[in-house]
Order: sequence, then structure tokens, then C-alpha cells
Amino acid sequence: MNEQAILAVLIGGAFGWSLEHAGLGDANKLAGQFYLRDFTVIKVMFSAILTAMLGLFWLGRLGMIDLNSVYVPETWLVPQIAGGLIFGLGFVLSGLCPGTSCVAAASGRGDGLATVLGLFAGVLATGLAWPWIQGFANSTAHGAFTLPHLTGLPYGVVVAAITGLGIAVFAGIEWFEASRGGRA
Amino acid sequence: MRPYANPYLAGVGLGLVLLAAFALAGQGLGASGAFAEAASATVAALSPKSAGNAWFQSYLSGGAPWTAWIVLELLGVILGGTLSAILAGRFRFQVARGPAVDLTPRLLTAVAGGGLMGIGAVLARGCTSGQALTGGALLSVGSWAFMIAAFAAGYAFAPFVKRLWS
Repeated sequence: MNEQAILAVLIGGAFGWSLEHAGLGDANKLAGQFYLRDFTVIKVMFSAILTAMLGLFWLGRLGMIDLNSVYVPETWLVPQIAGGLIFGLGFVLSGLCPGTSCVAAASGRGDGLATVLGLFAGVLATGLAWPWIQGFANSTAHGAFTLPHLTGLPYGVVVAAITGLGIAVFAGIEWFEASRGGRA
Repeated sequence: MRPYANPYLAGVGLGLVLLAAFALAGQGLGASGAFAEAASATVAALSPKSAGNAWFQSYLSGGAPWTAWIVLELLGVILGGTLSAILAGRFRFQVARGPAVDLTPRLLTAVAGGGLMGIGAVLARGCTSGQALTGGALLSVGSWAFMIAAFAAGYAFAPFVKRLWS
């Protein structure tokens, strides 16, 4: 095994550890967000996004990382919106997403394993259907396309705006939970 | 069984893992990509002709799928998740489901949900890990569009399947 292979297992291990520790292997917790009774997903996800976004911004600003060396997922706008809509339906039905379904299965949960099997089948079937859907799936391609490109605003301004949005979301959730008198 | 961590602290920890992935591996986290690699390898083994299409080839041409970065990372996710659950006394054979749902329908909806997420993740080129989390932190337009669409669909669809979860 080379260094990158070991690194992949270690980073994945820390990822799985974090998800399990946050309780995101439990489908009841994840599904609870859609019925406004458990906000763990949004709290964990948004604080992770803010932490990584701010960390990357400052490491770049301090010259400790070359931002061009980080792969930015490419944008295919319309298929990604369509994919997101289909994904959201599956998310409610299963109560898990691909990463958390693996964590669920790894902690002994049968619903996690069932989701993993469904995912494998869905990905495989869509791969087989690719010749018929590729026209749509490859449409509205924008390459590496970021919010600063879209808005014309400087990187730092967008980072500050997303940070503000995140804090507002946290404050709103805390207010909502408090107004319900703790656990609903 | 120990209680779960504070979600904000867990989120900051997860964010630092993501940051480490950016800094050390030059890419973020992912999950559905490993399913894509595994599906490509499976189709290549069973039906090489079917594996000739552009989508499977995009995974197969990059070297052996079973040792791809994303596959090893997901192997790590499984190991880390297992270790975390065992050490916290939370490892237990069980099926999480709403109080009004029997075991068989629950497992069937989990398979169906997984299938839909598989379709969505192929179209979107990623899932909540590779798009929402990773692309979100990198401010990718497509990732934010995916994230908003997925949560909007979830909230819109949830009232119709309320029986599953309450």
C-alpha cells in the first residue's frame, strides 16, 4: 500500500467516526429533520461546511495551501438539480444517505445494509442506462464553477456571507427548539 | 451506551477531517463515488460489452476500481463507523424504523430509497458527501444547487410518507 492509499483509509476512518459519533447512523434522527423534530443533520453539516470553508480560505490566504491544488467538483446545473430532487425523495424513504448508510450498516443496522444494496442497484442501473440519458446528464455543463464566479463577488465576501447565513440558520434552529420547550 | 456527541462539535470535527482531505489528498470526502467504482467493476466482470459505455469507462479507465482512492476512503468510513460504535457501546443488530412500520416494509423502503439516491447521485455526480459537504465548502454552484434541491424535495415529499416515521 502506498501513502495515498493509507491516507484514504485514515481520512475515511475519521469521516465514519465523526458521522457515527454525531448520531448520523440512526435513520430516525436523519428522517426527523423532515418533520422538524431533529436538527442534527443540518447542525452537523453546516458547521462542517463552515469549518472546512473557513479553514481552506485562511490556509489559502496565509499561503499554506495552494487552492488550485484542490479539486472542485464540476457543475452540470440542470442534471444536478434533477438528481438532487430524486435524491431527496430517496433520502426521506430510507432515512439515510450514501455515507450514513455505510455507517449505519457498520454499526449493525439492517436498514443501513438495505440502503447500501439499493444504492448499488440504483447506481448500476443508471450506469447501464447512460447511453439513453447522457444527452440530458451532460447538459448545462459549466466546468469548475463557483459562487464567486457566479456572483462576481470576491472569494472572501462569499465566505463571509455563507458564514453569516450559517450562523443565522443555527440561531433560527436554536430559537425554534427553545420555543418548543426542549425536545418536541 | 454513551450518548451522541454535541452536533456542533461533531460538525467542527467533521469539517477538520474535510479540511485535512483537501490539504493532504487534494480532494474532499465522498461516498457514492465508491458505489460507482464498485458498480463499474461488477459490470466489467459480468458483461464487458455493457461496461463499454462512457459512464462505466470514466471509472474503469482510471485504474483498478477496487483500489481507487474513493473506495479505500469508504472502506475507512466502514472501519471508522464500526470502531466508533463499538467503543461507544452503540453497536447493536437492529433496524431503525418509525413506530408504526413493520420490519419488511421498512427494509423495502430502505432499498427503494437507496435506489432513488443511486439514480440521483449518478445524475448529480455525487451525494451529500461529495457534493453537499465537499462541494459546499468549495462553494461549487452545482453542489449548492444539488443540496438545495435534495432538501427541498425531502421536505416537500415528507408529509406524504409521514406514516413511515411517526
